[in-house]
Amino acid sequence: MTIHDKTLSRRSILKGTAGLVVAFYLPKAAKAQSGAAQGFTPATGPANFAPNAFIRVAGDNTVTVVSKHIEMGQGTYTGLTVIVAEELDADWSQMRVEGAPSDAKLYNNLAFGPIQGTGGSSAMANSYEQLRKAGATARAMLVQAAANSWNVPAADITVTNGVLKHAGSNHEGKFGEFADAAAKLPVPANVQLKDPAKFTLIGKDGVVKKLDVKSKTNGSAQYTIDIHAPNMLTVVVAHPPRFGAKVASVDDSETRKIAGVVDVKTLPSGVAVYADGMWPAIKGRAALKITWDDSAAEKRGTPELLQEYRALAQKPGTVAGSHGDAEAAFANAGKVIEAEFVFPYLAHAPMEPLDGYIEWDGQQALARYGCQFQTFDHGSIAGVLGLKPEQVKIDMLYAGGSFGRRAQTTSHLAAELAEAAKAIGPGKPVKLVWTREDDIRGGYYRPMVLHRMRGAVKDGKIVGWTDRVVGQSIMKGSPLEVMIKDGVDPTSVEGSKELPYDVADFHCDLHTTDVAVPVLWWRSVGHTHTGYAVECFVDELLQAEGKDPVAGRLEMMSKQPRAAGVLRAVAELAKWTGPAPGNGRARGVAVVESFDSFIAQIAEVSIGENGEPRVHKVWCAVDCGVAINPSLIRAQMEGGIGFGIGHILFGEVPIAQGAVVPKNFDTYRSLRINEMPEIEITILKSSEKPTGVGEPGVPPIGPAVANAMAALGLQRPRQLPMVRGAVS
Amino acid sequence: MPAYSVKVNGQIHQVDVLPDTPLLWVLRDNLKLTGTKFGCGVAQCGACTVFMDGNALRSCSLPVSALGTSEITTIEGVAGKEAEAVQKAWVALDVPQCGYCQSGQIMSAVALLKEVPKPTDRDIDLAMNGNICRCATYVRIRAGIHDAAKSLEG
Ligand code: FES
Ligand code: FES
Repeated sequence: MTIHDKTLSRRSILKGTAGLVVAFYLPKAAKAQSGAAQGFTPATGPANFAPNAFIRVAGDNTVTVVSKHIEMGQGTYTGLTVIVAEELDADWSQMRVEGAPSDAKLYNNLAFGPIQGTGGSSAMANSYEQLRKAGATARAMLVQAAANSWNVPAADITVTNGVLKHAGSNHEGKFGEFADAAAKLPVPANVQLKDPAKFTLIGKDGVVKKLDVKSKTNGSAQYTIDIHAPNMLTVVVAHPPRFGAKVASVDDSETRKIAGVVDVKTLPSGVAVYADGMWPAIKGRAALKITWDDSAAEKRGTPELLQEYRALAQKPGTVAGSHGDAEAAFANAGKVIEAEFVFPYLAHAPMEPLDGYIEWDGQQALARYGCQFQTFDHGSIAGVLGLKPEQVKIDMLYAGGSFGRRAQTTSHLAAELAEAAKAIGPGKPVKLVWTREDDIRGGYYRPMVLHRMRGAVKDGKIVGWTDRVVGQSIMKGSPLEVMIKDGVDPTSVEGSKELPYDVADFHCDLHTTDVAVPVLWWRSVGHTHTGYAVECFVDELLQAEGKDPVAGRLEMMSKQPRAAGVLRAVAELAKWTGPAPGNGRARGVAVVESFDSFIAQIAEVSIGENGEPRVHKVWCAVDCGVAINPSLIRAQMEGGIGFGIGHILFGEVPIAQGAVVPKNFDTYRSLRINEMPEIEITILKSSEKPTGVGEPGVPPIGPAVANAMAALGLQRPRQLPMVRGAVS
Repeated sequence: MPAYSVKVNGQIHQVDVLPDTPLLWVLRDNLKLTGTKFGCGVAQCGACTVFMDGNALRSCSLPVSALGTSEITTIEGVAGKEAEAVQKAWVALDVPQCGYCQSGQIMSAVALLKEVPKPTDRDIDLAMNGNICRCATYVRIRAGIHDAAKSLEG
């Protein structure tokens, strides 16, 4: 997911939602804040020395990094801790990490302005300088404390693997010994950062192990769904089968007969069953007899929407990007090629379904869950419960995946959680759990999108290009609506409104549709469809000119050195000699920049015995600036590729007359281990500032597979998923 | 509600639950053994995998009333050389991402190694394709199983 448009931070707006007033304003330079939190009291637990909101050094030598970003599988907890450990010259074994509480003053995402939250593959990018400074500050203070105690100049003290040393006087000590003394020193305003040439952790392979792995291999890692508390009630909610429907009447008599069911309440979002465990709650919900008021509900299905989208694509839309004169290029073209690409609604289906826990006594509320957008959720919970912001606290727990699903601009989950607590009354802790069916059928999908493309080819060159995009806006109706400029939601056309290729005459426009199916960012957002449309179409045009997909692209990338760099690197890695290695297999290539990272991939594909495309191997080249943790970067590429393949092959949420068709993993097919390709990755050396890797691995794989299919003599699939009507 | 006696990780517990309560919710809600996860409830994802008398089983789809005298092992209680080898390989390769599927993955991997000490890629496909990982950690799961198998040889 994302709030990655840089203009966000430069805009000053006020927008209300559920009692929340958000001001987006950030003069960037003024916000550098490490070391500025003098007098900061640590959020939890003991610490002898807490020089800022991000670091706590305890007497037992442990150093705890407070992560303002959620750990949902992308490796943030480890990645952020590495930055601090590097500047501190700490030993990796003494490092710990914990999630920050909701406090936007201390823990805002610098890429989002004054908003605390995780997304847009921004965790590393916005924390890098901040945590380097935080770590360097803590180091300087520990060194000063040691210098005072040993009565030697601070400049003569070295720090290695968490040990402070003064060679001349033979003094030696660990962080814990100086924590109390360091805490009494003034926080220096300006500290020297380490020379990157001296890094021992950042960019080094295999020197750090992920901090959360052990607890995630023995069952001890605590997720929201694992919370149990005295008197806690488990809640499941019956949501309307059609988006926009309301409860007309409820007969809960059968539900109340089920042992373990405690109560039934109607919430704004549906009918909640409160029980003393998950099973009675599920059974109780199944026994409800609800009449839904469908008068305001969405009744169109995906076939009707597709028809409407096709009709819209015949008419000009709102201009998103344009240069030269595309119409003239088409008038003079030697050859004109057209293509329509259709993308389905997609569910995120994180492995841990949505859930949340809340305690509320009428005065204070404590919510604990895999909260990804703290500032929005915080306001929403306070609004529902009629509390002041300072009466609400949110603890951020591990999330069992998200892929954008927990980054809710509308805070619908936080609101439902607070409503569930409010309806049953204060003093009753509530755990709200969505089942997989709730998740698959609950909306907030990657929007259904149609691209209508035209390309003009003349004298072996692509001279004209148009792309008409039709689909729902993610930002419309959310607190981020202000990001929509001149009628264009940037997330609808990112990757489409300008090309990485030199094309003289270009035009991209957009139709934003109105559909009651809620949509949301989904791992790599607009690039999920624009990457596919652009990279399939450019490949098709190059094929029409008889050009090699790699060399042909490179000819047109004069202004894209980093994208060209990864393309060259992946061609070298795969020993690319063209799209046809033989033995029934073919190769396709694609390169996509997203979230300021550059990824190129080559996929080797055949058609399997079951008639489905089979991806055998993927080569991947990454340029994400300074590579902080190579193993984490590779993991995100592997995961992004698998996530991408699963969805281009099988992912689809069809809707029939307003009702979602798939229910669970039996009808929303997920990639399985036997469908996962072998993967080889190269990370380019770079001194550019670090950029994200959580999302950018996803966009290139779809078009790479499609282009391989074209090389096999098949069509590039123009309507996804490639395997339609897929059930496992 | 009827009382059932269940033997989990070597200990016998009495639980008062509805007869159709899936073993998964007995483990999680009654015994607070939350390492076993809920992912689908319909035997599609493998997040709830436990051993019943040593065999891998989807605990979301077995009602407690059908358990009889069988012995259940969960991720909290899994032990032995295969379990150790798998957990070690998982840590060495940094297999988990969000981690939510991994209890199930590990239980399935341990069950595989107990039956096939030196599994081929095809054996792994067959034994592990009931376990969905939405983070798609499959490359490392496969490598982890091979590494664990190798370490058991020596
Ligand atoms: S929860 Fe049992 S297989 Fe998914
Ligand atoms: S590690 Fe996230 S679902 Fe497997």
